[in-house]
Amino acid sequence: MSDLITSQQPLDDGFCVGLTGDIDLSRSPQLRQDLIQLTEQTPGRLVVDMTEVPYMDSSGVATLVEALQRQRKHNGKMVLCGLQPKVLSIFEIARLDMVFTIVEDLDAAKNA
Amino acid sequence: MSEDFDIELRLLSQPRYLCVARAAVGAAVEKLGYSDGLCGQIMLAVDEAVANVIRHGYDGRADQPIWVRFRPTGLPDEASPAGFVIVIDDLAKQVDPAVIKSRDLEDVRPGGIGVHIIQKIMDHVSYEPRPEGGMRLTMIKNPTAPRRDSTSSER
Repeated sequence: MSDLITSQQPLDDGFCVGLTGDIDLSRSPQLRQDLIQLTEQTPGRLVVDMTEVPYMDSSGVATLVEALQRQRKHNGKMVLCGLQPKVLSIFEIARLDMVFTIVEDLDAAKNA
Repeated sequence: MSEDFDIELRLLSQPRYLCVARAAVGAAVEKLGYSDGLCGQIMLAVDEAVANVIRHGYDGRADQPIWVRFRPTGLPDEASPAGFVIVIDDLAKQVDPAVIKSRDLEDVRPGGIGVHIIQKIMDHVSYEPRPEGGMRLTMIKNPTAPRRDSTSSER
């Protein structure tokens, strides 16, 4: 696993990963590989904690869209939490804030 | 390339330098008095524009030049910050500006939203082939002007 993922926490029905740092075109390919590997190992609910992500561009968003579609295909669920205002902004601009399940924090994500 | 701009950066077409382009522009617009949130959006627009050059213009080649230039278009006052112009030049393949468009966002799929993001954030966005080769993207922010849709083709 790369330095993008700082934590992995098992949940009753899946797992949570914590991301860190700016996610742009220089890092999103690695994030894609990490998420593919993780979701293949542990199906179910995928919670992505983005508390420590200060910046994300559309390549990072595209990676998350792909992960969401993969989860849905396998009857899994994906929840994003801890989005900083600048990161939430790109989801709103791209009109993806209603496509993803986005909650405030990890506790809310476990029950979303 | 031009003496008319306050800031000029030359980058190689490598994703690891996206942070340099957006940080430089972000610092410049912050000095003009833009809010933290708007600075973040403007940085995002620059990031998306340069990333589009790398991915689509240069097809991922990492050794090609990209120029990012910036200048304010006035002075900030008590009511609003100054406007500004950002010009991004490259030597990438030339395309008809009419084909550079955003895709339908109702079709949820990975990728292809960079043009929409740039268009949404900036007040004017235009692409044109450069006489010396490559493409030019001009983005203008004018906070005192009424918000309007872009009149030019977008990538």
